[in-house]
This record gives sequence, C-alpha cells and structure tokens, in this order.
Amino acid sequence: MADEKLRVAMFWGAACGGCDVALLDIHEHILDVIEVADIIFWPCAMDFKFKDVEAMPDEHLDLTFYNGAIRNSENEHIAKLLRQKSKLMAAFGSCSHMGGIPGLGNFHDRKSIFETAYLNTKSTHNPDKVFPRTEFEVPEGKLTLPEIYDTVKTLNQTVPVDYFIPGCPPNPEQIWIVIQAVASGKLPPKGSTVGASDKALCDECPRKKTELKFKQFKRRHLVHPDPEVCFMEQGIVCLGAATRAGCGWRCIQSNMPCRGCYGPLPNARDQGAKMLTAIASHIDSEDPEEVERILDTLPDPAGYFYRFGLPLSLLHRRQRRNA
Amino acid sequence: MGKMIQIQPVTRIEGHSRVVVELDDGGNVSDARFHVFALRGFEMFCQGRPVEEMPRIVNRICGICPWNHHLASVKATDAVFGVTPPPAAVKLRRLAQHMAYIPDKLLHFYFLAAPDFVLGPDCDPSTRNVIGIAKANPELARKVVRMRQSAAMMLEEWLGKVIHPVAAVTGGFSRPLLEKEREKFLEGYKEQLEFAKFTIAFAREEVFPKYTEAVESLGVIKTGFIGTVTEDGTHDIYDGKLRLMKPDGSYDDFSYEQYTDHIGEHIEAWTYPKMPFAKKWASGEFSLDLDEPKGIYRSNALARINVCDKIGTPEAQKELDLFREKYGRPTQLTLLYHWARLIELVNNCETVIQLLEDPEITSREIRSDVQVKAGRGVGCVEAPRGTLIHDYTADENGLISSVNLIVGTTHNQAPINMSVKKAAQDLIHGGEYDQGVLNRIEMAIRAYDP
Repeated sequence: MADEKLRVAMFWGAACGGCDVALLDIHEHILDVIEVADIIFWPCAMDFKFKDVEAMPDEHLDLTFYNGAIRNSENEHIAKLLRQKSKLMAAFGSCSHMGGIPGLGNFHDRKSIFETAYLNTKSTHNPDKVFPRTEFEVPEGKLTLPEIYDTVKTLNQTVPVDYFIPGCPPNPEQIWIVIQAVASGKLPPKGSTVGASDKALCDECPRKKTELKFKQFKRRHLVHPDPEVCFMEQGIVCLGAATRAGCGWRCIQSNMPCRGCYGPLPNARDQGAKMLTAIASHIDSEDPEEVERILDTLPDPAGYFYRFGLPLSLLHRRQRRNA
Repeated sequence: MGKMIQIQPVTRIEGHSRVVVELDDGGNVSDARFHVFALRGFEMFCQGRPVEEMPRIVNRICGICPWNHHLASVKATDAVFGVTPPPAAVKLRRLAQHMAYIPDKLLHFYFLAAPDFVLGPDCDPSTRNVIGIAKANPELARKVVRMRQSAAMMLEEWLGKVIHPVAAVTGGFSRPLLEKEREKFLEGYKEQLEFAKFTIAFAREEVFPKYTEAVESLGVIKTGFIGTVTEDGTHDIYDGKLRLMKPDGSYDDFSYEQYTDHIGEHIEAWTYPKMPFAKKWASGEFSLDLDEPKGIYRSNALARINVCDKIGTPEAQKELDLFREKYGRPTQLTLLYHWARLIELVNNCETVIQLLEDPEITSREIRSDVQVKAGRGVGCVEAPRGTLIHDYTADENGLISSVNLIVGTTHNQAPINMSVKKAAQDLIHGGEYDQGVLNRIEMAIRAYDP
C-alpha cells in the first residue's frame, strides 16, 4: 500500500449534495488527501463518467463513499456497480445510512408523490395530465428515465455495506478522522459505525439537567428556551437520548434541539421506539388519561421520531393497502 | 434511423442528469435534451409536519445552498403565523444569507467552473478538475482553499451547523451575534472583500478575454429573466419583490403571494423536474423552440444582474457599470453567468461588512412571540441558483396541509435544455465530435450552476 495510492470514489444517490460539500469542508486536508489517494470517480467535482467505472476491473476501487438514499433504479444500479468495483463500501451520511429526509417519502408512495408534484400543486399547469415516463419514443430511438420506487431504501438494504458514517451531513472533523484511519489501514472491524461516538448525545450534551419531568410538550417556536438548560426539561422534544453523539452538538450550540440525524444508538435499531420509551419514562403523571393528554400535546410524533430514519426503522414504511 | 449521443452523468454540477443528443441521418443535431433524474417528493412528505419544523426539513432540498432554503422557509413560516421578526433578527438572517453566499461562489467559480477555463475545455478529462488546478497553480489553489475555509469557518463559529443550518426560527433567530464575534468577523470579511476583488479582476482580465468567441456563442438563447429587487429596483438577495423581465427588457413587478398569477409549471414526460414558465406571455403557451421560445425565462446570478436597476454597494456597482458598458441590459450571453456571479460575490462581501458595522447587529432582541393559527404564507429569497418560492398552507394546529415549491435551478430547467440544444447544434456537424465538444455542451450547463 505504501508506494501505491489509494483509489477512492464518492457518489450520490437520492441526496442533496450536502455530503459532497461536507467532504470538501475538510478544507486544506483535501490537499493532504490527494497526496495519498487518487479520487477516480466523483461526479460533482470531476469528469469521470459511468463508462469509466464500468471499464474498471472488479475491486479496483479501495473505497467508495456512497451518500444518498436508494429512491430510484439509477441509485440502485450505480450502488450495485460501485459495490462490484470496490473493496470497501461506506454508507456516507444519514440518507445512505438510514434513509434520511428523503426517507420521509415512505409515509407515502410513488403514486401520491407523483399526483402531488405533477397535478395537485398550486402552480402546476398540466391540463393533459402528463407524467414523466421511464420510456419515451423519439424519431432517433428511445429515451429513458430511471424508475422512481414506491419505497426508499438504505444503502445496506440494497448492497452489503462495510462501514457506516452517520450524520446529515457527517461532521467534517469526523470525516477527516475516518479518512486518516483508511489511509493508515487502521479501520475497525467491518460492519462498524465510524466517525461517531458509541454514547448518546445526552451523555455529551453540556446543558444542565436536574430533574427530567414534564406535564406538557412545548413547540420550539412558541417559547424562548434557556440556552443552558436541557431542552426536554423545558418540554421541548430533543432526540438526544436516542441519538448517537459525534456530531459536535452543533444544533444544541445554536439553541436548537436535536432531530436525530446521527441515528440510533448501538444495539438500538429503532431510534423512534427508543425515544418513545425515553419520553414515557419522564412524563410526570401516573394517571393514564393525563398521560394521554400530555402525549397529545406533541404534534406529529412520527415526523419527529423518524425524521431521518424511517426506512431503517422497524416500521420501514407506512403499511400499504392491497390495490 | 439516426443516432443518439449520451453524456452521463453530467459532471461538475449538482445532481443526477444525462444529456442525450439526437442526430439525424446526416449526423446533424435534430434535438438534444437535458434529462434530470431526481424526484424526492418534498411537496408530498412535508404534509402533516409542524410548520415551524419546515426550515429544518426543506434545507435538505439542496446541500449546496441549504441556508437559502432555510431562510426562504422561515420567512414562509412567519407569514403563515402572521408574525414580524424584530429588526435585528431580520439583519441577522440577512447577514447569514450573504455570509453563506461567499463560500458557495468560491466553490463554484474555482472548483467547478474554472477547470474548463484555466485548463481549457479540451484538456484531458482526468485532470480537468480542481486537483488539476491545484497542480497547475498550487499557490492560487492554496489561497482559494484557505479563503473558502475562512468564510465557512466564520459561519460555523457563529451558528454551529452550517450544512443544514438550524439557526433561523419562526419569529426571529435562535442565537445573537456576540461583540467579540462581530469584531473578529469584520477583519475576516475585509480580507474576503480583497480576495473577491482579486477574483473578479482575475476573471475579467485573464480568463474571459481568452474565451470571447465562446462567451458570444456557447449556449446563447433568447429568454426573459427573474430576480428579486427592493422597492426602488436595487438588487437584493434576501427580501423585496419579484421582477419578471421579458427578453426585450420590459418587466412586471409583483409581491411573493402573486407568483401564481405570473408563473406556471409545465411538465414534460422525459424529465422529472417541472419547467416553470411565464404564463402571461405568449397567451400562456410554453415552447422550447430555439427560434420562437414561449414563456421561457431564466434565474440565478445573470438573471438578477439583468433585472436589477442598480446594486446597493459601491464596489459591486462599479463592476455592474463595467459589465453593462460591455454587454448592455439585459444580456443573453449564457457564459456571462460566471461573471455575474462574481459581481454578486463582491456585493456579498461588502454587504456583510456593512451589516457587521451596524450597531444593531449585536442586539439581543431577536425573537417575536408567535401564536399557532391556520394560514397560508409565501416566503422567498434568492439562492445562488435562483429565486426560491416556498408556499405553505397550515391547519389550525399549525400542521402543514399543502406545500408548493419552485426552487433555484427548477426555473432554469427549460433554458438549460435550450442551451444544450443550441450548443449541440452549433458544435456537432456531420456526426463529428470528440470529448472536447461534449465537454463544451456540459460547459453550457455548468454556466447555470445547476
């Protein structure tokens, strides 16, 4: 390895580009990276094409960072192609790790997403009810589009993944730690989560906690939270108890509660269930009716507890009725 | 039966796309298209979410410009609940907006666009990237990386999470600016301004003059433009009214809520994004025809530079004067997007300095009280890639019942298609082309920074 540079790829599935910018946000270290690694596929920054990847021998790439969820057939096809061409594959960021924000699409399906986007939105002008199609005939031949799936999947639900790097996006300091581990060959066993802590965010949070009991949930925009005190003690939902630390608590620092982008704790696959348990144990009442009333003060629990992880969770998606 | 040339994926842009050029039997271009593959369904899955959570969800529409979505969204949530943030909170949001533009502009110009111009459109594709630039000009590359880092770090030092920000909250802002931060940033942004002035002078004197012919022809089409201006027509990226300009330079000004009177979204079956168009032009018709387009307008920096009457800061105004002297108003030359972007970079640095010098910027009065109610709100800002329109309707519990989004590059879907076709028609004859030709077609796309 010493005299040969690492060969690395970065690709995006259903993503926003934030993971790619986070990788660039290792700043001057990017100049160190190119000393030890050749980046030979990275569409947002370089001109290598799919044909270049297809032409590579199997396992030609030492490492692929794949960010983004699997929302359509192209995401899946390239994930499989890169898996074949890579010795190691890492799920980079919340979307590939656990579905991310696009995973909220699993509360719906393709039909409802299409009808909303292409028929029922205020400025849409679609008198002929045209929808994008996977095949479209033109005089010279056939044009194609990837198929949008009903269900968003994580990368690991699509191809075997060796490492998971959580975060929306991963903290650049953590990315740099992971890259150093790769370059020095000091990676933990396959299947590990890297670039994060094994503790809960609550365990590292600098806010004061005294007695965690509450009788009402409060919505963040309706209160002026004390920046020194635990959000949950102030009645504001914060996912710190059910979320891995490692992000550098950057939301908390801006006086905003955690929404869980670093994903579930080790050995707790379902982040939402864990959060619900944490909340239930802190409700200040023994009376079932009052407990229910207190829980009713929290709007949209599914949208809070599964903000980033619905596809990975035990729920996976909203149950579908048979057509 | 003719032939189809495919470029996939289109590179050094954000997102998934393919260009397909259709050739007739003589090997000439009969059509060309820019197909975009992504549809995540925000307008569907935001339904049912609490209104105040939207700024923390919809920033994921774009990780390159999350601040702009975050701010357009928070403005929409203010409008839903009928709340006016305190003046200092508006200044902090405006400050964050301009601060966030700076690393974005540096990223696009030096990392994504410059390889075509500095290394040349025909150079070896494996070196035609920022690493190639770093090898060709290590001193400049180091300086660029350092300046982008400094710009990103100041934002991070102030507001913690910078990709997928959290700091703007309905009714105001979550965190004040401290005096010690103000002083430190002021020094930092004076250095940014010097670098911005260096960058635009470098581009104006050493880069663009080498590509005069490309500037005058590549992907040039005739369209209208959209952007935000203040009441007196000054360029503004945070607040104002929308201005929709026709190709002849005449325009309509309208408030955010009136956008549905002026903009419709057309659907083509061969690409996932919708194609916004000006529905008051050409009797409401839509056409991508190069000779007689209907309803087509463009967004992003060149559009903003075309629609504004002036710019509110002195150095940027000087640059605008130079630009207009050379190219007039409006100019249709597609590659001038790169130049327009740098005029805005100068304005961003100057505006940040102005805001940091405003005594009110360190005020602690940064939140108004909010009451939950049913309502509709439209929030707009300019993202680097174009006008963002976030339109939310909420029920009496403050949960979202409908969302309409027209964002940045979506406005440019139709014109990018036209520029691709124009470039392909001009460059490919008799079936002859090479990678440099195909890269020039991509350059027409990159100008839009999609």
